[in-house]
Amino acid sequence: MEVFLQTLVAGILKGGLYGLIGIGMTMIMGVMGIINLAHGQLMMVGMYVTFVCFHYMGIDPYIALFISMPALFLLGMVLQKYLLNPLMEVESILPENQVLMTVGIGMVLTEIARFIFSSDYKSVQTSYSSSSFFVGDISFSVALTIAFFIAVAFTVFMFWFLIKTDLGRSIRATAQDKDAALLMGVNSKRITIITFGIGSALVAAAGTLLMPIYYLFPDIGGPFTRKAFVITILGGLGSTVGAIFGGVTLGLAEAFGATYIGMAFDDMIGLLIFILVLLFLPGGFKRLTKI
Amino acid sequence: MKKHSPILALAILIIFPMVVKSHYHQHLMILFLMWVVIGSGWNVIAGFTGQVSFGDAAFFGTGAYTAGLFATKLGLSAWWGMVFGGVAAMAIAFPFGWICFRLRGAYFALATLALNEIFRHAATIWESLTDGMVGILIMQTFVSKIPYYYIALGLAVISVLTVQIVMGSKWGYYFVSIREDQDAAESLGIHTHFYKMISLNIAAFLTGMAGALFMNYMGFIDPEVVFSLHDISIMAILVGIVGGVGTVYGPVVGAFIMVGVHEFFRTGFFGVFEGIASITGIEFLNVVDKYVGHAHVLGFGILVVLVILLLPNGVVGDWDKLVGSLIPIKKKGAMV
Repeated sequence: MEVFLQTLVAGILKGGLYGLIGIGMTMIMGVMGIINLAHGQLMMVGMYVTFVCFHYMGIDPYIALFISMPALFLLGMVLQKYLLNPLMEVESILPENQVLMTVGIGMVLTEIARFIFSSDYKSVQTSYSSSSFFVGDISFSVALTIAFFIAVAFTVFMFWFLIKTDLGRSIRATAQDKDAALLMGVNSKRITIITFGIGSALVAAAGTLLMPIYYLFPDIGGPFTRKAFVITILGGLGSTVGAIFGGVTLGLAEAFGATYIGMAFDDMIGLLIFILVLLFLPGGFKRLTKI
Repeated sequence: MKKHSPILALAILIIFPMVVKSHYHQHLMILFLMWVVIGSGWNVIAGFTGQVSFGDAAFFGTGAYTAGLFATKLGLSAWWGMVFGGVAAMAIAFPFGWICFRLRGAYFALATLALNEIFRHAATIWESLTDGMVGILIMQTFVSKIPYYYIALGLAVISVLTVQIVMGSKWGYYFVSIREDQDAAESLGIHTHFYKMISLNIAAFLTGMAGALFMNYMGFIDPEVVFSLHDISIMAILVGIVGGVGTVYGPVVGAFIMVGVHEFFRTGFFGVFEGIASITGIEFLNVVDKYVGHAHVLGFGILVVLVILLLPNGVVGDWDKLVGSLIPIKKKGAMV
């Protein structure tokens, strides 16, 4: 029972961060209609920004959020503006050109990181990295708990932003129907640029929050890209609520899988869920919640 | 000129190993021919049918492992894998396509990506069958590279011919109609699910055979090599895109360019920096050489970005555009 509860807690805490990764992905997917296969790589860049801040300037990871998020926001906007948007005008046979482009971007980001930082494992050791507190017999990692609450705060903020603000409404309008939004006076090209920026900033936040308890190397992007798309498929394409549910479900599944099946199956579990969702719940949680 | 160039190319390829005796260049040509097979397979499913696959390595690796396991577990010749590797890849493609062809566009691409990863993990974890990360080592049949060269050439010719015949038949028109507009194709009475399955199975068979060839030729495989996302699946996409999506001879041109580019980066621009450094004695160039060698994946990535931006239909598809922009003055007299 204790092991069960401990696994549950670990899964939910991790799931909060996964939700943050998923929201960025699902927003980009909603507006652009494409899967961003460089998502994990953007997170990797965010993590390296945090690492540099901590290692060379002694900035605490939580304060580094204010550096990594704007930095990735800018990077995301540049990528969208100069690499992805021009593809809309290019005549080509394959409609998946933009997805292929994100793969290329991901490769370039990974290799640039390897160029600068080499393939060595890096980590950020803070005073709270390995400390934990207990509720009953269940231990909570301090860093992971803080990360979870910040992630929840970001998620709530994103909800408010998407539902209440003008920009958020424009984003949702573009996601629903690009042409109709354009006719209503929404500059949809600008919206795609901003959305990609926001998505990148959110995934950078997740990376920064993960940094105190995780390690970092250039190839870390790939596994997280896969996690991100499992989350989005699980939650339903383009659904924000779904992304949170998807994130928590994946976190739980991974935690239980690691405890009861074996650590080696960590990555397989996400992919199995992916296939199962396609088989039994195509459309993901979105179909159940309708949001 | 254009009409006879395939025959001319084939003639050059047949006499190539008689003229060029260097093992290194023969090795590169074998790789090139293998990539023609894989690229043709990818082109059938992605280029003609429009279902972009990120998971060619799953079929490639299955073919390679089938050949390897025939040798290590059954004690038969690994050459049996040339047939059964393709069949095994089809055995994977069939249930996969059955389930995942309900997905469209980018979501299907994601499913293939997942397939690739599942197979890589499975081959790593299932140690009793595949020996995990240790990999499979078999004895090569021939010492000389020439037999491999002709087998690879035969396979490449078969695959290009297969693509040409299939695309000239009724099936080919069905495939293209699915790519252009799936709903319209469906409404005209084309069983899209069925034809997508056929297309995927052709692709899987060709790729599986290429995998078996790789096993026989290299003599060693492990999950990281044959199920690699970057080195196999992405490379297959690049071969298809650089050469020309939806063209019969695109993969041939693409494979030639990509194997060349791969080698170009791997050897540090064919040792240009090293050469200049040894002549002029500038130490700095040796450092550059080292970095270029390390950065071959970076070069690949940049190439992906540039090709998609500038040549979205590949060298063969955008041939006229390419020629027009390279030699604007000679345009009138240029024989294309």
